[in-house]
Amino acid sequence: MTTAVLDRVRPAPGSRERAGDRLFRLAIAGFAGVILLATAALAWQLASESAETWKTFGLAFLWTSDWDPVADVFGALPFLYGTAVSSLLALLIAVPLGVGAAVFLTELAPKRVAEVLMFAIELLAAVPSVILGLMGIFLLVPAMRALGAPYGVGMLTAGLILAFMILPYITTITREVLLTVPRPLKEAMYALGATRWEVVRGVSLPYSRSGIVGAVFLSLGRALGETMAVTMVIGNNPQIKASLLEPGYSMAAVIANELAEAASDAHLSALVAIGLTLMALTVLVNGAARLMLYRLGARR
Amino acid sequence: MNDALYTRRRMVNNAMFALTAVCAAVASGTLLAILGYIAWQGASSLSWDFLTNLPKPLGEEGGGIANSIVGSAKVVGLAGLMAAPVGVLGGVYLAEYGRGRYAFAVRYAADVMNGVPSIVVGLFGYALIVQPMKRFSALSGSVALAIIMVPIVLRNTEEFLRLVPGTIREAALALGVPRWKVTLFVILPTAGRGILTGALLALARVAGETAPLIFTAFGNRFWDNGWLNPIATLPHTIFTYAISPYQDWHNQAWAAALILMIFVLLVNVTARVWLRPSSGTSH
Amino acid sequence: MDMMRPMPLPRMKEESEPQDAGAPIAMSVRDLRAGYGGAPVLNGVNLEIREKTVTAIIGPSGCGKSTLIRCLNRMHESIPGATCDGEILLGGRSALELDPVLLRREVGMVFQRPNPFPTMSISQNVAAGLVLNGVRDRALIAETVEKSLRRAALWDEVKDKLDAPGVGLSGGQQQRLCIARALAVEPRVLLLDEPCSALDPIATGRIEELLLQIKDQLTVVIVTHNMQQAARVSEYTVFMLMGEMVEYGLTRKMFTQPADKRTEDYITGRFG
Repeated sequence: MTTAVLDRVRPAPGSRERAGDRLFRLAIAGFAGVILLATAALAWQLASESAETWKTFGLAFLWTSDWDPVADVFGALPFLYGTAVSSLLALLIAVPLGVGAAVFLTELAPKRVAEVLMFAIELLAAVPSVILGLMGIFLLVPAMRALGAPYGVGMLTAGLILAFMILPYITTITREVLLTVPRPLKEAMYALGATRWEVVRGVSLPYSRSGIVGAVFLSLGRALGETMAVTMVIGNNPQIKASLLEPGYSMAAVIANELAEAASDAHLSALVAIGLTLMALTVLVNGAARLMLYRLGARR
Repeated sequence: MNDALYTRRRMVNNAMFALTAVCAAVASGTLLAILGYIAWQGASSLSWDFLTNLPKPLGEEGGGIANSIVGSAKVVGLAGLMAAPVGVLGGVYLAEYGRGRYAFAVRYAADVMNGVPSIVVGLFGYALIVQPMKRFSALSGSVALAIIMVPIVLRNTEEFLRLVPGTIREAALALGVPRWKVTLFVILPTAGRGILTGALLALARVAGETAPLIFTAFGNRFWDNGWLNPIATLPHTIFTYAISPYQDWHNQAWAAALILMIFVLLVNVTARVWLRPSSGTSH
Repeated sequence: MDMMRPMPLPRMKEESEPQDAGAPIAMSVRDLRAGYGGAPVLNGVNLEIREKTVTAIIGPSGCGKSTLIRCLNRMHESIPGATCDGEILLGGRSALELDPVLLRREVGMVFQRPNPFPTMSISQNVAAGLVLNGVRDRALIAETVEKSLRRAALWDEVKDKLDAPGVGLSGGQQQRLCIARALAVEPRVLLLDEPCSALDPIATGRIEELLLQIKDQLTVVIVTHNMQQAARVSEYTVFMLMGEMVEYGLTRKMFTQPADKRTEDYITGRFG
């Protein structure tokens, strides 16, 4: 029976080098552990600070819609609804746009052109969200009003701004996925006399499906948690309205607007409870996204 | 061959690609539209005085955002100082020793934290520092931003270290150099450019964050005082001014946005140009 | 079925002692077994390497020749899952019980592909082993850099651009730079793992020449898949097959009258 040398050989007594190695390893493991600590502390803080809300309202907090800080009555449904609807609207707009752009940039555009356009799209991801919100307030809201929306601000406006925020993610990831489609598969299809579009539809897109779904989930995770741009254009009205043109509210926006002024502990606790719910949602969605992209990686 | 059918297929082909070209134009044109509009709106209010003066009292026209610029530099700088060592050395751990269950947990936590909305991180900073100290502070803002930076720097460092060929490590080990010195003085510098670029990009990313600062750094209309008091930051000032009812503040919000945008663009473009010659890739 | 008969262990004493009874032994290997994650690669190798000679290790790919020399300075164990058992003696001390870091200062290594440190200049590359181990004396470093580059037959080509990046050199120059780097820490033994497999014939010739020059100061062990190279540079040759040492002896003798049928088959190109 052979044993690993590393296990068999004890460091010679007084050997500085081996001691240094162990010390170094422990030290950087400690640095890596900071993130574990931060994650645990974050979860614990959110849970303990929101305990009061869960005790008072139970899970019904999530499906009641009275939000009255003066009377200390809290129900988070309008915010859940607003976050969900604005994010889904954003996906509805951004997914076809992003996938279309990715197809063009991978399959059709000359390499130089594609590089320049990709650069612009990647930079779009770097634009701070407060700046998109600014564009929203002073450009998109008046435009919506001119088009007949009663307030300008509202669910659809928020969805539009969010769409531009997640567009770069969808485009970049979809393009990367499309680039992994094996050449021989495409060539086989061309050899049958297929047009370029038929190859995209018949081979590239089906092959990339799980990657694109991963990109969609990842973008959803971003959209759910986006705060500034949404806060600035969604209207901040904690009521569920049927029309997408009416003002709404989102989970992130209500935290941003009310936390600093939360007068009572109950109000604060309710806001943290919303934060905890939001975090749980995004962790779930991001987990699903990673699963999709991981599967793709395993296949590659 | 059926000519009519072929013509139809060609037309579908052309139509679909025209459509995708429009998508690409929208996706990449948005950036230009944003940049152009900000420059147009912001340039008129931008002046030397705007950059070097404090805000005027409420109701008076004029004034500047000097305190926000300095405040952003302070808050973001401190966040970088806290996050860079943790992220880089943690990344070294993942790349060099990251096989066991502990490393798996660290990687998982980093991925989770990477997806946590920045407003929730702000909430954490509030509960962790602002509440116990009973005051909004620059420090709490820096901690919140650092928490956002760490997972980005960590995974970026790991990725670039993994791109260093194993033969480099072997060459150094074969010289009779202890492993920790090999890691710190040979492997880390080899990946240095990518790691530094990633850290810079993370810095630019958090420099634009507003949500985590609303109830940590909070904002301040005067010069800030040390690390334990409320402090103005550029993105937060843009937010406050944008949702205010005053036209003069709106103009200032655009000018401030122009400055923030120039900074973010400069860092991003420099990082990309600088990274290009090396063999590293971003994903 | 003839091949399945247990082979007697090679009797190197009988073969090599008459020719050079005086040459002391630099490293000896006894019953060395090694593998990766449970899969054995070396099945009990015995070997004695003579001081200040060049020993070549030849054999078909997968025979374990690289694993063998990687065990000699314990680079083998840097691979996860690698196992190694047996005895390796370096001047009477057990290499497997020494601190591997200290062992590697005495037993240096040059690899298949040239691997200069990409962030370092030519002189920094050569000085790396000294500087990383704490030598600060600039004069000593400069002196060692020049001496090592001269021994690696690279000095004349690079003396005017010592501060240029090491990766800017040609492949053959890079490999000689790596040899200089290994020589700078003054090892007693230098291991070379197919050092010329990525080089053209002229660059290969330079390296062979320099090996013949440095062996009067240290012991050289070279793994090669090139039998002509083994014949040109080495005094002793080891022939390995499927994790076993088949034959070990004077190169001259092995290439003219191999003792083992399998050696003969390999040398005459009948397999491998």
